[in-house]
Amino acid sequence: MISNKTTYLFFLMLAALLSACTEKNSKKLPIIGEREAVEKLVDGKTVVDTVYHQIPNFTFLNQDSTLITDKDFESKVYVANFFFTHCPSICPTMQRNLLKVYEKYKGNEKVAFLSHSIDFKYDSPSVLKSYATKLGVDNAQWQFVTGSKKDIYGIAEKYLVYTKEDAAAPGGYDHQGYLVLIDQQKRIRGAYDGTNDEQVAQLFTDLEILLRESL
Amino acid sequence: MRNAILCTFAIGGIISAIALSCQPNVSIQTAQYAVNGQKLYQSHCQNCHGAKGEGLGALYPPLTDTTYQRENRRQLACIVKYGLDEPVEIHGKTYDGTMPGVPQLSNIEIAYILTYVTTTFGASTNSFTQEEVQADLKSCN
Repeated sequence: MISNKTTYLFFLMLAALLSACTEKNSKKLPIIGEREAVEKLVDGKTVVDTVYHQIPNFTFLNQDSTLITDKDFESKVYVANFFFTHCPSICPTMQRNLLKVYEKYKGNEKVAFLSHSIDFKYDSPSVLKSYATKLGVDNAQWQFVTGSKKDIYGIAEKYLVYTKEDAAAPGGYDHQGYLVLIDQQKRIRGAYDGTNDEQVAQLFTDLEILLRESL
Repeated sequence: MRNAILCTFAIGGIISAIALSCQPNVSIQTAQYAVNGQKLYQSHCQNCHGAKGEGLGALYPPLTDTTYQRENRRQLACIVKYGLDEPVEIHGKTYDGTMPGVPQLSNIEIAYILTYVTTTFGASTNSFTQEEVQADLKSCN
């Protein structure tokens, strides 16, 4: 009787251990944003599919004065954020932290970075170029882009990041310091406060999970 | 008896050595100023210059150049209050960005910040005093 109990306990523990392992390996990141169920016809049958929130197509001018589009980020995982070069408040800390992520994945073609300037008046490509170089970015993996107010502020909404031209804010623009993690299907998989060390550490962890997810 | 006295001295010596080694090499006032300065540093300076005064790339200079701090000690209060709009050479590298000042800081607050920066990131063991800051600010460019 006792040995039966022990055996039972042993298997229970083994099962718990195994399930714990599988759970860890198959960990996935959530898909963020609104979603809707659509019915479509597949092989003559009606099936219900979920359509997730996606980053729409975009075209922006980068630090080398060339136009880049969403095609440049195709089949890549990327981190997007919103900043401006003479931002006196949260940007330096946010960019300092994103620089650590950039340095870790430098040379990895599956990972890219995209910083949008919300100061469409001052941050011309040459200003962005000088900023990128001084920050320590010396390859095309991290793009710094500018665009019209409508385009930049419009896409910020799609990344679920608040941006606003506000004379009362330090530097003239108010915005959130989120580092937004985008997957290969242009879906938002995480958003991390770029000024919070714990959340930045989480970004490092989640980026690994996302890269493994797509293997 | 002689041994006992020697022993007492030896033990006393060891205890005071330990006690002294625990004392920082700065005065109580300097330590207090530095603690107050740390809070102000975090809210006004750390974004750009970093938690360890390490700066950021070639954008913002580190605050660890002890030679610069020693040679420009009289100008530091002006830089904190009114900013800097000319190239500056730190650790042999030139930084040409514009630093915004923090004009709302009081003299004592500037003394706190400078004490924190020069003793924590630099090698100074002296605090800045309110009077010193007040005098330095009179000769700003």
